[in-house]
Amino acid sequence: MLAYFLRRVMIAIPTIILISMFVFSLQHLLPGDPLLVLAGEERDPETLEFLREKYRLNDPIPVQYLAWVWNALQGDLGTSFRTNQPVTELIAEKLPVTLQLAIMSLIFALAIGIPAGIISAYKKGTVTDWAANVVALSGLSIPNFWLGIMLILLVSVKWQLLPASGYVPPGEDLWQSIRTMLMPAFVLGTALAATLMRHTRSSMLGVLTSDYVRTARAKGLSERVVVLKHAFRNALTPIVTLTALLFGELVAGAVLTEQIFTIPGFGKLVVDAVFNRDYAVVQGIVLVTAVGFIVMNLLADMAYMLLNPRLREA
Amino acid sequence: MVAATDPQAVAAPDALPKPENRVWKKFRRHKSAMLGGVLVVFFVVIALLAPFLPIAAPEATDWSAVRQAPSAAHWFGTDEIGRDVLARLIWGAQASLLAGVVSVGIAVLVGVPLGILAGYFGGWIDAIISRCTEALLAVPFLILAIALAAFLGPSLTNAMIAIGISATPLFIRLTRGQVINVKVEDYVESARAIGLPTRMILTRYILPNVAPPILVQATLTVATAIIAEASLSFLGLGQQPPAPSWGSMLNVAKNFLNQAPWMAMYPGISIFLVVLGFNLLGDGLRDALDPRER
Repeated sequence: MLAYFLRRVMIAIPTIILISMFVFSLQHLLPGDPLLVLAGEERDPETLEFLREKYRLNDPIPVQYLAWVWNALQGDLGTSFRTNQPVTELIAEKLPVTLQLAIMSLIFALAIGIPAGIISAYKKGTVTDWAANVVALSGLSIPNFWLGIMLILLVSVKWQLLPASGYVPPGEDLWQSIRTMLMPAFVLGTALAATLMRHTRSSMLGVLTSDYVRTARAKGLSERVVVLKHAFRNALTPIVTLTALLFGELVAGAVLTEQIFTIPGFGKLVVDAVFNRDYAVVQGIVLVTAVGFIVMNLLADMAYMLLNPRLREA
Repeated sequence: MVAATDPQAVAAPDALPKPENRVWKKFRRHKSAMLGGVLVVFFVVIALLAPFLPIAAPEATDWSAVRQAPSAAHWFGTDEIGRDVLARLIWGAQASLLAGVVSVGIAVLVGVPLGILAGYFGGWIDAIISRCTEALLAVPFLILAIALAAFLGPSLTNAMIAIGISATPLFIRLTRGQVINVKVEDYVESARAIGLPTRMILTRYILPNVAPPILVQATLTVATAIIAEASLSFLGLGQQPPAPSWGSMLNVAKNFLNQAPWMAMYPGISIFLVVLGFNLLGDGLRDALDPRER
């Protein structure tokens, strides 16, 4: 188990190095001299020279890269040109907000996606199955930012049930915090629920025809026990992996969701950074998300091993 | 020993219909796929016919008809500066479909050859290509597209390039896996045995046999790419105003939800329908092309 884990970590390292190279080279996509972008309106030669030194723009590119990586390893991803705050601090500040959104969305996604998948697999070929599939496919096809806009229109503007935007930290007022986050989490959660439902369904379909499910039925166990205990438990393993992989969709979805509901989280940070031409922040965010994704992948692999004893021994 | 011929032709006696016909027949029976096809064709036709349809100019403002509700004169209403929403939707279809098709085109043209190289030759070529693919796949699709679009600068062309690059690793990974399965088949083996040059093996034997799953993936990715373009335009990183695009229409519309909800309604429905079309089409193609279910 430990050996497997270490091997997986070793494989992840070159990937992370490549990502860092890619993120670093993003700034060379900028049209023209990056210095002029950094300097903004400033054209004083002395200031330009100072900035050039500060950002090591006189050094050869490989040296610049190594310096950047060296700093990144020490948790220094540069400073925001806009607020002069360290990028790491900015990200750490916004992360809990997005984490709350992500957790609440996942609850929605799991609560809708998994039961729907089980029922639809169990009733394969019936109207219920067909309806669940239509809803799931629609969920995949509706742009979630539009769903958000429509919900604001109905729930906040017309019925005035929930706030349309903003953020209340859970420490301040837990109930208000959940209320504000309810709609965004639903919007983001339904998109994931569709993916989860489709995977649960196909995973369950594979398991429901297996020998041990037939044996369980032959033993005279109730359908409930057969489906939930014997079939679903075995269908669960690929679903756990998938849930970890949904991390990427969750972060990407958060960008638009936070934009619509004006939630001051990680996603809003990305968009603001893009518009303020705050490139160090954009780079930092891409790097952090990618590394996060790799870590989630590793965890998913580990969970897979733990859930499947046959793999654990191998 | 059968020399290098199409494996399906060898396996099937003459009495059976040609594989293309069989696929088409199966596809036609697939009702939801046909619905998808109809939706896609509908949007393609109105996008192509946009210049000839009797609609208002998409950028023509009319200050005497600002934010008017849908009526006989403006079926889908007018926007905040009196432009006809229907006309902008129809012209916006052009931007959306173009973005979907061009970006997937980029991804296929770059991704498939790289995937074939990695899968067929293996070794260090594979190692380099695969590691780069994994690295790019670690960045969520939309985040990558936003970052690229941000650095390239906001425009429809750059959005297409950004989405195309973001989708490329999907095609590299898929093609590579398919090639690895196909290259050990007997017919590839025999092509090599009779001394065909590698270039011919790759284009005549490998490529046609890995094409079906790539076609399915491409269709489904057009759906993803259209949503991605709408998202980028919504954020202001795609099509620039005043040129019409569904995403940027929604961006403006969210400020007028109370006064002019139709501004937000129709662009969203259009995105939904066209994306649904490509998703249904892709699912149907997958079923029709799946050799296990013949």
